[in-house]
Amino acid sequence: MAFMKILIAFILLWPLAGFLFNGLGRNYWSKKMIAYKATGYIVASFIASIFAFLHVQTNGAVTVHYFDFIHTASLTIPFDFKVDALSSLFLLVITGVGSLIHLYSSAYMQEESAPHYARYFAYLNLFIFSMLLLVLGDNYIIMFMGWEGVGLCSYLLIGYWFSNGNYNYAAKKAFIMNRIGDLGFLLAIFWLIAKLGTVSYSEVLTAESIAKLSTADITGITLLLFVGAMGKSAQIPLFTWLPDAMAGPTPVSALIHAATMVTAGIYMITRSNILFSHSEITQNIVAIIGISTALLAATIAIKQNDIKKVLAYSTVSQLGYMFLGLGVGAYSGAVFHVITHAFFKALLFLGAGSVIHAMHHEQDIRKMGGLKSKLPITHITFLIGCIAIAGMPPFSGFFSKDEILAAAFEKNKIYWVLGLIGAAMTAFYMFRLYATTFLGKFRGSHEQEAHLHESPLAMTLPLIVLAILSALGGAIGIPHIMGGHHWLTGQLSTIVSTPHETSLAVSTEWILMGVSVAIAATSLLIALSRYSKQTDEEPSSAMGKFFYNKWYIDELYQKAIIEPLNEFALFLKEFIEKKMIDGAVNGTGKLVQFSARKVRLIQNGQAGYYILFMVLGIITLFLIWFNDITILRFIHTLFQK
Amino acid sequence: MLISFLLLPILTAIVLLFVKKDTMASSLAIGASIATLALAVFASFNTLAAFDMAWLPSLNSRFTLQVDGLAKILILLTAISLPAILISTAHNEYKQKNIFLSLLLFTQAGLMGVFLAGDALLFYFFWELALIPVYFLCSIWGGEKRIAITFKFFIYTFLGSLFMLIGILFLNAHTEAHSFSIQAFIHANLTNGQKITAFALFFIAFAIKMPIFPLHTWQPDTYEQSPTAVTMVMSAVMVKMGLYGILRWLLPLFPVAFAAHTNVVVIISVLGIMYASFIAIRQDDIKRLIAYSSIAHIGLMNAAIFTGTGIAIQGALIQLFSHGINVLGLWIIADILEQQTGTRSMQQMGGLAKKQPTLAILLVGFALANIAMPLTNAFVGEFLMFNGLFILNPWIAAFAGISIILAAIYTLNMVQKVAYGEISEKINAMPAPNKAAQAVLIILLIIVFVTGLYPEPLFTLTADTLEQLLAK
Repeated sequence: MAFMKILIAFILLWPLAGFLFNGLGRNYWSKKMIAYKATGYIVASFIASIFAFLHVQTNGAVTVHYFDFIHTASLTIPFDFKVDALSSLFLLVITGVGSLIHLYSSAYMQEESAPHYARYFAYLNLFIFSMLLLVLGDNYIIMFMGWEGVGLCSYLLIGYWFSNGNYNYAAKKAFIMNRIGDLGFLLAIFWLIAKLGTVSYSEVLTAESIAKLSTADITGITLLLFVGAMGKSAQIPLFTWLPDAMAGPTPVSALIHAATMVTAGIYMITRSNILFSHSEITQNIVAIIGISTALLAATIAIKQNDIKKVLAYSTVSQLGYMFLGLGVGAYSGAVFHVITHAFFKALLFLGAGSVIHAMHHEQDIRKMGGLKSKLPITHITFLIGCIAIAGMPPFSGFFSKDEILAAAFEKNKIYWVLGLIGAAMTAFYMFRLYATTFLGKFRGSHEQEAHLHESPLAMTLPLIVLAILSALGGAIGIPHIMGGHHWLTGQLSTIVSTPHETSLAVSTEWILMGVSVAIAATSLLIALSRYSKQTDEEPSSAMGKFFYNKWYIDELYQKAIIEPLNEFALFLKEFIEKKMIDGAVNGTGKLVQFSARKVRLIQNGQAGYYILFMVLGIITLFLIWFNDITILRFIHTLFQK
Repeated sequence: MLISFLLLPILTAIVLLFVKKDTMASSLAIGASIATLALAVFASFNTLAAFDMAWLPSLNSRFTLQVDGLAKILILLTAISLPAILISTAHNEYKQKNIFLSLLLFTQAGLMGVFLAGDALLFYFFWELALIPVYFLCSIWGGEKRIAITFKFFIYTFLGSLFMLIGILFLNAHTEAHSFSIQAFIHANLTNGQKITAFALFFIAFAIKMPIFPLHTWQPDTYEQSPTAVTMVMSAVMVKMGLYGILRWLLPLFPVAFAAHTNVVVIISVLGIMYASFIAIRQDDIKRLIAYSSIAHIGLMNAAIFTGTGIAIQGALIQLFSHGINVLGLWIIADILEQQTGTRSMQQMGGLAKKQPTLAILLVGFALANIAMPLTNAFVGEFLMFNGLFILNPWIAAFAGISIILAAIYTLNMVQKVAYGEISEKINAMPAPNKAAQAVLIILLIIVFVTGLYPEPLFTLTADTLEQLLAK
């Protein structure tokens, strides 16, 4: 145990040390030193995570206790951490992908001055720390600490270029929308405490605890938890912050807004799966919200021309798939998709970053084209990412997406049909993006063309590693019908209380697979053939405009929620506060002043002294009054009647 | 020992009246306040005997000082506040600075007395003693509109105190030996109707002091117009007098009337939280923003205490201290900004992160505490308080919970307007950073995060008070 206690502290404290090192020393270190330390600390954490992972493989889950965070008569919340099958997997993804992105950032952020370079890495390290806190905690409070911590880092990094007002606005929007979700999460925690008196997983997530909760309790708690997940994982209706979050540096989008933070909602629900499995209502709502988000975001992605916006909506859409998986009870399928998505979406974002880097901060794909020959490594790796997300076998996305779709088919065929439509759109918009960016002729300025260059090794190396993982990552979950063992499901068998057992016939499974691959391949080819020659113009059809303008949801929120609340606040400030409440107070005050003026003897213009005399007078009166026992007696007799 | 919490500030204050040189006066005041802080730290870890002597024999009132966890935590807060305020505002120019400082120390003595008094008349005496120097400080050293504002503040709080005085006399008349001691008051012989009357008399005084909606309108004006050093005392410590009064007097004296008023007080407080939060969103003056934010936070503490649940009261006990530290940090920053830019309008600020990065980082740190981020001190208290509200009524907790979203909105608005964006003219004109104030802010921020990660000492300190309150 002592070994694990030290190991877990290592995993957590390295990133924290990096944050303090770069945060406090931002004016002193050289850029080289900053990058080495920041990346090195995450790599150290990654190595420690591997040890933790291996330890869990041989010895099973471990819980370590450090101290009590909150300790009152009725409630104890310990600072406990748990490494088990679920958290050790997340550890590897977070620190592994995190290390690659730190490495990538060291080159990508090279234009920044040293203090800002240090600030960037400090935030990034703090993010890793918070994310580790989130997955390592052994109770909902520590999860919540990490939960808000990653939200804060996301806020700081979206607004990293703080001189830009729009970026600040995007950062604030992200934080506030997340806070809406966080309120749901908090209320769920209170509910658990009110009913069970504890928030520790080992006490909450048991059959005995479930027995103590009524169905209404479970539904209420799980729905509130899901509200938290909606915020963090950008689901309807709280998804509009994520596309705006693209204001942050591109590696940040890859790490936080694709690979790790936004999947926290999936982690939370998987962790609480025993609760969710006991509420049919919640499960249906999760599935419906998930599939709706997947489709909504996909329609928007088809019409976007900003390389990062396409990827952002794609992320929202893929997260929707994961929630569909959770909703139909395919917990390990959802986690599988989290992992493969972390690989290919981080890859795609980093690839986009490489393109943006080469194009001198150009993000509009209509001004790109033909980058294939100029950026060979970026091109190949990006293509692998596109194939993986489109769900083409044998790339990783195929396996994870297929598992979710098969489970959806069993639960409700409508989910499956909608899922297929979404998959078709995914293949379409990804290859639209790919073809417009890399194929055809270069459409940018001559100056840009002259400067086109492949990125340095620090950037291409992470691309290559992630491309390999995206291509082969499916190996952790090869289904039985293909002769695999589905290693991941085995791993999570200790976590998932009611594992999803397929009842589909082998032939049905093959058919489902074939249909989804065929549909995705068709739309992939359509997109390729269309966009290798032309780009999208401004949409002219009503529907095109509707999608292009993101269903006008931001405008709707602005008009229906933000503006009315602002007006309401102004009404309170200007009318209720000034006119009504303070008006009444001042009215009374004026009356007093008026009578005071009648008897005022000294008036030298210094109202300070005027008050001084008043106070002195009162004190004198007060003293006389109290020394005069007869008056006091009089009061006593008065009150005693 | 306990008497030194009064003697040290009072004697220093008297000496200060004769020290004409500003720097010397300032050093003297800082030195004395640090000595008081050392005493308070010592007191926090030790049991101290009560101090008792005859005072007004004809009235049967005694000069009794006593401490428990509640008193200790507030004495510690008071003792931390004074040096923090004096050091961070040491460079501010005040005419007749020695008198200004002297009055501040008198205020400190008054506050200490309020938290130590075990006799109702003595409590009232200190209650007023703490206020009187503040009246002078505001009315002589305040901003342009100080006259009207101080007058309002004075009348308002004085009126509240008067209610309490009547309540005290009323109770005194109904004790067996016409005593003013807290124990005698607890055993006073009252009918239920009389108890409710007395409860109301005390409650009005405390409610104005905190203040809770809708009795709050004196506060934003006073905070805005007072010299910031005085605002800091009022906001960090003085408003706690009202909450302290409820915990020390109202709850032990009238447990039944207290419980009977749970719903109405909680609902008013929660409405007040929402009300103040909404208004904070529309403030452009940084001092008014902090004032409304503080009204919201105090409202939550009051609601939590009135739930009567152990968990919420525990949260409030901790938050008494934490809120003081956090709001002190915010006021110090607001003061630096006002002193160095000459404006309080956030519209005219912006780009602080470029001009003075350290100050901007500190602002973000205290902003996080203001929105109760986990691992800041405020999270511990607010979590427990909301938890208690939830136990009382989930719907009320959910409604009040909206304020955590609103807090994020107005706090981040402030950060955005002050720290981020292009560098503004006013910010660009700022002189070199105020190193002393920054050092104070760093120490306060360390307290924020240390007690946020490991609040155990605060729990231990307040354990005895909680136990006694819950026994009621």
